[in-house]
Amino acid sequence: MILNASGCLDALTAPEVAGQLDAFVTKTVTPLPRGGNEPARIAETDVGMLNSIGLANPGIDALIADVLPQLAELDVPIWVSVGGFCAQDYADLCRRLDREPSVEAIELNVSCPNVAEPADGVGEIVTAARAATSKTIYTKLSPASADIAAVAEAAAEAGTDGLSLVNTIRGLALDSATLTPTLSTGTGGLSGPALRPVALAAVFTAFRATALPIVGMGGVETGRHALELIAAGARACALGTILFADPDAPARIRAELTAEAEALGFETPVSAYAEAHGKKPSLPLRHVA
Amino acid sequence: MRRELLTVAGVERVGLYSLVRLKRGAMESGDPGQFFMLSPPGRLLPRPMSLCFATRSELAFLIDPIGAGTRALVEIPRHAAIQVLGPLGQGYRLDVERPLLVGGGIGIAPFPYLSERLGRPPAALGFRTKAHAEAAALVPNAEVVVEPRLVTELLRPGHDVLACGPEPMLVAVARLAPTAQLAWEAPMACGYGACYGCAVRVDGELKRLCVEGPVLTSHGGGLSPVMADRDAA
Repeated sequence: MILNASGCLDALTAPEVAGQLDAFVTKTVTPLPRGGNEPARIAETDVGMLNSIGLANPGIDALIADVLPQLAELDVPIWVSVGGFCAQDYADLCRRLDREPSVEAIELNVSCPNVAEPADGVGEIVTAARAATSKTIYTKLSPASADIAAVAEAAAEAGTDGLSLVNTIRGLALDSATLTPTLSTGTGGLSGPALRPVALAAVFTAFRATALPIVGMGGVETGRHALELIAAGARACALGTILFADPDAPARIRAELTAEAEALGFETPVSAYAEAHGKKPSLPLRHVA
Repeated sequence: MRRELLTVAGVERVGLYSLVRLKRGAMESGDPGQFFMLSPPGRLLPRPMSLCFATRSELAFLIDPIGAGTRALVEIPRHAAIQVLGPLGQGYRLDVERPLLVGGGIGIAPFPYLSERLGRPPAALGFRTKAHAEAAALVPNAEVVVEPRLVTELLRPGHDVLACGPEPMLVAVARLAPTAQLAWEAPMACGYGACYGCAVRVDGELKRLCVEGPVLTSHGGGLSPVMADRDAA
């Protein structure tokens, strides 16, 4: 199963890209509209890309009134990513989305490196969200946690249905001439190839810590990269930065993934699930198979 | 939009710039002012470039090699191939009665194609140095100034201005010609609305230049796009 990473695709401006996905994840929506951070918002580095978009979005009212009806016409399952600044924000957003039949799942973005951190911890946020919706909840964690297993366990105990691993990790780029930060906010979120082993480690660790389904993401550019995330314990993978360079990436990576799995003797990519752990746990397959 | 692997037909020096000519395959040339994302070898992200001109068999892009990505693009050997996505964004409106092309530096890049489509109208071009100004030879009917003279000295009333160049030039042009069509630039990761990196402030709101532009009408100064980070190009 291949998704996009939240914030890396607008299905309404590129429906032909969204149509290649098994589910489309929206850009993170917040209670109120946000213009996002001032430019410059992106910078290429030697090992990846920095962004500091700052959760630009139309707000939950406009998402529900204007965006969701258009997304529903695309015939791709919709996951809505939500973000806030306290547990109550997440609860309010989930309560609103709980009434929307076109929404298949909600991703709690508790880990954006480009805005102020939520005042509450992951456990409190997931608890509040869980009480507000019966829809499937995935919680998107930061790879910067000192103990990602503990955070994953806290999310699991609070009732998340799955984990999205990982968000970007904070980085800095300096202008080559002035040695001042390239991005308006100074630091930004690092994505792309540099994030790949970080994501792999987070998926591997969270898999061992919890029994939750995981959507793995971080630097996936090829079918081999996706296969490694599956082997580390991901049930699905999401594409981020690669979509900027290659809008055909979902279809390409899906084909490569099948070929890579077969080349290694697996009947299907799913057969390689958790192979890195040397065991085949029998977990309930929910949305991600 | 279409993405295709295009073969390099040749790279030619034009003053301090380089003209990268690609065999166009099945790519459409689009409207003047629209742009294409060119993937430099060895770099993570593609670079936005407006089309300089199109022939039946080629698409050509005028590039100022000022950063790692643009240098990689102009150093591509002949017969190598690069990924190209496009045409993208909103180009110039061509329903103008008395067109005047106003360009600064590498901002003249879309003008050969635009000039051809508009029937070779007059052009006013400004450059930093005489070496940069050699590229003016690509634009028909051009009057050229070199700093310290500024291209805005060449503006005359009664024209429909179509401009492209650095932000200070565009801001100055918008003051003198409030209805001018202005082509802006901004750092872009994707070119098709996915990354939200190319935000510019239009009428007080941050919008994606790749979707709303790159050509915007000035509306008398309601627009304040952001200077592209040329060092990151």
